[in-house]
Formats: sequence, C-alpha cells, structure tokens
Amino acid sequence: MGNDALIFEQGSPGRRATAQAPGHLPAPDGIPAAFLRQEAPGLPEVSELQVVRHYTRLSQRNFSIDTHFYPLGSCTMKYNPRASNSLALLPGFLDRHPWAPTRCGQGFMACLWELQDMLAEVTGLAGVSLTPMAGAQGEFAGVAMIRAYHRARNDDARTEILVPDAAHGTNPATAVMCGFRVREIPTDSDGDVDMQALREAVGPATAGIMLTNPSTLGVFERRISEMADVVHQAGGLLYYDGANLNAILGKVRPGDMGFDVIHINLHKTFSTPHGGGGPGAGAIGVGERLLPFMPLPVVGRDESGEYHWVTEADRPRSIGRLSAFMGNAGVLLRAYVYARMLGREGMSRVAEFATLNANYLMTRLRQEGFQVWFRNRRASHEFIISFRREAREHGITAMDVAKRLLDYGYHAPTAYFPLLVPECLLIEPTETETREELDGFVAAMVAIRQEGIDDIDRLKGAPYAMPVRRLDEVRAARELDLAWRPGDNRTTDTSTATRRAK
Amino acid sequence: MLDTIGVADINALFDEIPDALRGASLDRLPDGLPEQAISRLMRERAAADETGLCFLGAGAYRHHIPAAVWELTTRGEYYSAYTPYQAEASQGTLQLLYEYQSMMAGLTAMEVSNASLYDGASALAEAVLMAVRANRKARERRVLLADTLHPVYRQVVEAIVANQGIELEAIPAAEADGALDADSADGFGDVAAVVVQQPNFFGRLESVDALTDLAHAAGALLIAVVNPVSLALLKPPGMWGARGADIACGEGQPLGIPLSSGGPYFGFLCTRKAHVRQVPGRIIGRTVDLEGRSGYTLTLQAREQHIRRSKATSNICTNQGLMVTAATIHMAMLGGEGLRQVALACHHNTARLTAALTELPGVETVHEGPFFHERVIRMPGPAGPILDRLADRGLLGGYDLGGHSPQHRDQVLVCATEVITAEDIRHYAATLGAVLEELHHGQ
Repeated sequence: MGNDALIFEQGSPGRRATAQAPGHLPAPDGIPAAFLRQEAPGLPEVSELQVVRHYTRLSQRNFSIDTHFYPLGSCTMKYNPRASNSLALLPGFLDRHPWAPTRCGQGFMACLWELQDMLAEVTGLAGVSLTPMAGAQGEFAGVAMIRAYHRARNDDARTEILVPDAAHGTNPATAVMCGFRVREIPTDSDGDVDMQALREAVGPATAGIMLTNPSTLGVFERRISEMADVVHQAGGLLYYDGANLNAILGKVRPGDMGFDVIHINLHKTFSTPHGGGGPGAGAIGVGERLLPFMPLPVVGRDESGEYHWVTEADRPRSIGRLSAFMGNAGVLLRAYVYARMLGREGMSRVAEFATLNANYLMTRLRQEGFQVWFRNRRASHEFIISFRREAREHGITAMDVAKRLLDYGYHAPTAYFPLLVPECLLIEPTETETREELDGFVAAMVAIRQEGIDDIDRLKGAPYAMPVRRLDEVRAARELDLAWRPGDNRTTDTSTATRRAK
Repeated sequence: MLDTIGVADINALFDEIPDALRGASLDRLPDGLPEQAISRLMRERAAADETGLCFLGAGAYRHHIPAAVWELTTRGEYYSAYTPYQAEASQGTLQLLYEYQSMMAGLTAMEVSNASLYDGASALAEAVLMAVRANRKARERRVLLADTLHPVYRQVVEAIVANQGIELEAIPAAEADGALDADSADGFGDVAAVVVQQPNFFGRLESVDALTDLAHAAGALLIAVVNPVSLALLKPPGMWGARGADIACGEGQPLGIPLSSGGPYFGFLCTRKAHVRQVPGRIIGRTVDLEGRSGYTLTLQAREQHIRRSKATSNICTNQGLMVTAATIHMAMLGGEGLRQVALACHHNTARLTAALTELPGVETVHEGPFFHERVIRMPGPAGPILDRLADRGLLGGYDLGGHSPQHRDQVLVCATEVITAEDIRHYAATLGAVLEELHHGQ
C-alpha cells in the first residue's frame, strides 16, 4: 500500500469526467456580474476512472468491520447487516423529498412509527423521538428536556447536572451546552458510583444525573435503584447514556431501573454503520413526565391507521427541532430493518452473546497473565485490562500494544479511556465475533507482550505493516496543514511514478 | 466458552443485575423476521412511497448522482469503519477527509474546513455559538438572523442556543423584494454576529458584499449560509465584501447525497485560520510519520469533548463521515466545471419553469431581482388545494409557503434542478393549467 498522491495532484487542466455534466450552457443573463464567481473553485480535474481508482485504493488503506476484528470498547463495532443498507436504499425511500406530503410517505412513516414503538418497549419508556442525529445530540435533547421540565414547574434553582468521573466526555460537554454547571461524582474501588458522595452532592440545585449503565468501566451499577431514589427524592431526574445498551438489550430496561430519559446510539446497539465517523442516530426515550417536551417531529398514528407528523401545534412545550427535517432518516430505516430481523427473542440474544464473548475474552486474557482491572466483577459487554505492571517492569505501554495489534490485523481496543485507569485498554468484542477470532486476538496479545519483553525498542516503533508509521501529531497541531491549495505539490508526480514502478 | 468462564449457563453472566429489575416480557416486540421476509415488507413500503415528478426544494434538492459515488461509498472499508482515531489504520478515510476539507475550502474560498457536522441547520447553530465565542470584542451576546433565512433553520438555531443566553433578533426584509435591503439598513448596532443566507430561502440573491461590510462595520462576524452547488457559479463567501465572510456553513446534501426523506445529510463549516481553535467537530491535518512520509491524522483535538470535556467547543462526537465520503467523490467526479454546469442548468431550468407557469392566467412571480434555482410563484388562490390536486396527478408542485406564514398561503416556492427536462416543464404547466381550470369551475 503506497503513499497515494492527493486527487488534486493527479489532475490535468481541462480534464473532465465527461459523462457527468449536463452540457455546455451559457452564462446566465439575469444575474449581474457582481454576484458571480470569477475564479474556478479549485476542485480536481480528473477522469472518471481516476476517481474510481483513487477512492478504491484509498478504501484499501482503512481498517473496517468488514475486514478486521474491531474490539473497540464503548463503540460496539459489530457486523452491520447488508440487508439494512440495501433495503434503506430502495428507490421509493431514497428519492422521497422531505417535504413530500405524508400520503406519499406512509411506508417510510410506518417504519418510523414501529421503530418508535419497539424502542419504547425495549427501553421501558413511554415515548420515543427519533430526530437526534447522533448520541451527543440525543444527550443534548435529553438534558434540554430536563431543563424544560424544571422550568415548567418554576423550579429555576436547579442549575447542576451530576456526572460520574468515569463518564464519556460528551456528558459534561452536553450539560454545559444546555446551560448547566457540572458536578463530578467519584467512583469507588469496585467501579460503582460512590453512594456517600452522591448523597452529599444532591440537593435543591440538582437538575439531574447522567449515567451510563453498565458504566464505562464495563460493570453494572448494582445500586442503581437506590441511586434513582436518592436523585428523585432530591427533585432531580435521571438521564441514561445508552452507549452501553448493547450489554443489557432485552435483559433489563432503563425505564425499570428508574431512568426518566435516555438516548440510544442506533449506530451501536442497532448496528447501523459507523461510516468512518458517522452518520449515527441518537433516538431518545422518555417517561411520562417528559413526553410534552420531546424534540419534533415525531410520527403519530391516527385511528384509521394513517401516519402523520406530530408538530408544535400538538406539542407546544417541545424543546423544538434539532434538524431541518427528520433527523438521519435513512439511518433510522437501517435500524428498523435490524430491529425487525432481531425481534423479541433476538434482542436478548444480542446481550447474551455480547456478554458471553466479553467474559470469555476476559477470562482467557486473565489466564494468560494480563491484569484485569475489576477482577472481582462480572464483565458486561466490555472490560478493562491495565498495562500498569508491564509498563513498570518492561516499559510496555497500552499505546505500544494498541499500535502493534494493528500489525497483527486487529484494530486497537479503546486506549486510555476511561481516564481513571492507568495504561488501560477497554475491550468490547461484541456478539458477532466467533470464538476462533477471540482466540486469535488472545494469541496476538501474548505474542506482543513477549516481543516487548524481548526487544522494547522494536515494539516502540510499531506499527510496521500499515501504510504509514506512527505520525507526528505534535507537528500536525503546530504546523497546521488542513487543506491542499493550488500550487502545493509536496507529493510530486515523479515520486508517484517511482513508487508505482517499484 | 461457558466452561472457560466457569459458569453453568448464560444467565449466570447477568447475576450482578438485581433480580427485581429483570424479566420484562417485551410483549410489544414482534417475532424476528428472516431477511427475505423483511425484504418483501420493505419493498412493498418503498414502492408505496414512490413519487413522480418533483419540483420541491426549500433546503433539499434532487440532483443527478454519478453511479460510482455510492458504489464506492458503500464499500465495506468506508461503510463499516470507525472514526479514524487510530490514524495508521485509517489513512484511507483520513486522506479522503483532508481532500474534502480542501475541496470545501476551495469552493467557499475560506481557509479551513472541519470534517462535517450533522446537517445544514445544526451547522448554523454551531456557527452561531462559535461566532459568539470567537468575537471577543462584542459587548452583547446578540446575533442577527436575516428574515430571509430558511424558517426551519431559525427554529433549529433557537432550540440549540436557547440555554446560552444569546439574544436572536431578525433583520427585516422588504416583502415585495424577497431580499434584505442593504442600502436602507443604517448599521447593525452592537452585535456579535450576523447571519445571511445566499441564495436566500426564497431563492433570491442577497447583496452579500454590502451586507458583509455592514456587519464588519458593526464589529460583527458575518456568517454565510450557502448552497455548495451554487458556489460553482456564485461569488464564494470568502470573497464577499472587502474582507470576506468569517464563517461559511450550510447543507451539504446537494453534493451527491440522496433526498431520503431528509437525512442523513451533512453540515459543513468553513472559516478563517485565525478562528480554527473555535471550530466545533473534527479536523484532519497533514503531517509526517517516523520515516518522513506524509500522512493524515485528527488534529487540534484539544477543542473536542473527549479531551476538554465540559470546556469543549461543542458536545459533537459522531459526525456524518460517510456522507462526506460521498460528497468528496461526487465533487471529484464533477470537478469545478462540471459543478458549474450543474448550477447553470438549475438556474436556466428554474427560469424556464417560471416562464412557462406564469403564462397561465393568474399565475405570477412574486419577486423580481436575481435568483439562483428557486422562485416564489403566486397562485390564483390558496396553494394547498392546488398542490393537493397536482399530487393526485403524481406531481409535487413545490413548497407551500403558507405553512410558515398564513399571509403567504397563495405562494409556492418552486425549484427545477438539472434533472428536470423541457418535457417535464411542459407537463407541469399543462397539469397546473388543468387543475386551475377544475378549481375555477368548482369541480
């Protein structure tokens, strides 16, 4: 895999993909020159084949679920069924304009209405809005609803959101975007939230608490009902970060644990693709008291079975709209297909096999002498190992292991998160991997540790088999190079030719 | 596997969950379906949603998408990859995103671009928050939104900045003109940012040079909301007025993204290098590896939530990576001249469409002055019933402006992109003629 030239550097003045333009049209006479562009926008000038070859080659410089095991903790990188994609791309769905009347959208809206209903049932909540376009936007919607709820009760003194110190960074960032102060709650040595600290923190300023359960530490928060009572008695609401819903799907419901509002990362638990960073979808579910505040639009069904958009006219206290139309509609269709293929029994099978794979992998790694961080706890769908000891004794860091795993054909687990555990890897195998794949990963971990003991310098140089070696990130941030400009030619044509000749 | 773990059955793995919480019956969930059964169901539903000829725009536009765009985009290596945090194993996505940033910088004539936001409306909300952070000289947290801005964009901005103590005010537009009056505006007062959309919601072109200079004279940052296809033809935000716009953002859908009932699309955001540390979302930079080869990585991550937590520039994490993959391939495929031809075709087709429709008695254009690829048409009566009857005949005739303001209930926003043919336009005119005739005779 060579170092590919940028698409811009492969062009030649005037070269075009001739099939891709509607013709040679005259300049418009109704638009005065002052409104018109004078210089060309600097897009590539290449042929259609050059485009296809370039982006096919670039794709081959990626890891992906379709090509590699991806045990990335907290991210739930499981197989994305191809049926979800091809069915969401059917022409009737794909070509429908967002402003088309609802009578030209009953098929699409039926899928959304049923998805709302299935998600409400599997989370144990009263209503679902599908509009948030990612987990972080779902969080925003949820916390904004908590704020709207307190305001509607003239309870303006509630200015604080409690967040455990192990939480995802989106939690505190969201609370601030919604105008709250963040108060961190410590975790005890077993990985549970420190109950004493929680009791001391709650009070008349408490708007709510944001929790992930199982937590980002890969363990189930055992005293969740007690925590819900403490927060509710203080007048606050409970927000459930659904990042780890995969671990408990069909087994236990956030609504039954006492949560008032949740978001679900459909790109995790409901297996819509991560797409190299998105799009996701962050559907939210709410209990009865937050129903009036849900973001819009929502799909409603009238008595005749016809679907319609629920709007501000029906829900005047809504927190409003978070996207121009209906969120990431096509992602919702993919999640719907996945949910229908799973059905009732399949939902709990997800949690069972995800948990089985995680506990198996954790046991095997412990047997091989790796340090499991919460050794007395059951793993949920993910678990933490720490390289504190290997770092001290041999200089082998979590980063070294992560980078070397790439050479062995495994995507690195999440490294250095959660922040509380030194030299950690957060490992989530998901339910769609086979035992053979997990055993192969264990063998690679053992081999890498041995390499580090034998020759630490060699390990520090990893990866070796990727298109590039470790990158100079300090330089990337200091000498910002964020866009190619006409006239740049760092990668010259000659060097490309030489590389290809090799 | 259970033996290795040392448990008797799979339920034992859930023994840390209190019994009282377990055992919900999930009665409302249906049985699982095999792929062939869900395929049948989805085909039936998709077929029921098929619409014919479409003259709707208002923020989402039907364009031709080259076949190669989605064939490449749905390759598993793009489709099923994660966020490129492990740079060495993600050079494909990272280089593509760097190329995307370069293309957007070129198209907008701005210095830097991020790697995407959710959609155009939420990108504008992020731009407003960013401008208020970046404009340290402004005394007031006041932001002016043009009255000619897409009304849903205004709603989304209101919802997202609601709890930040930012005051949103309107810049009024002349009703007859459908655009802002830069000449009669006597300065914007003390304000942090001014938002102008080009082309505006009604398809009209705003006097962006004068408005940009007015904003700068008031000490405000100018936020440009633009259609990326139009930028191949129209003056890019970086060239507006004496100093250019400060932030350019908008909806990326016209660049190779299917309509798909409103999403997933992507938002873009470009700005000056001086403001790069206030930018929300991911940014890719070019650097070198241990051997001096060039490579690509996420950079300036200290702005982001996973590092900065409560002090991040935004809570955004997941973005719209796959949509940007399609847009990048789409832009490479069309090139600057191809995109300009698309923009020209849209403009000419909309001009032809409005000429054909306004030949009908009682149908007229509402605004004069230059437009891009949408125009407002006045019907001889309320638009709702007319559009309904057109839809009965398999034709989506445009966007009913009465939905946002009752006094405009006889007005329709129409759009004819490059995919519309002369025959399509004749068909619309003939069908509208027949519908108006029917209504005139009270049928």
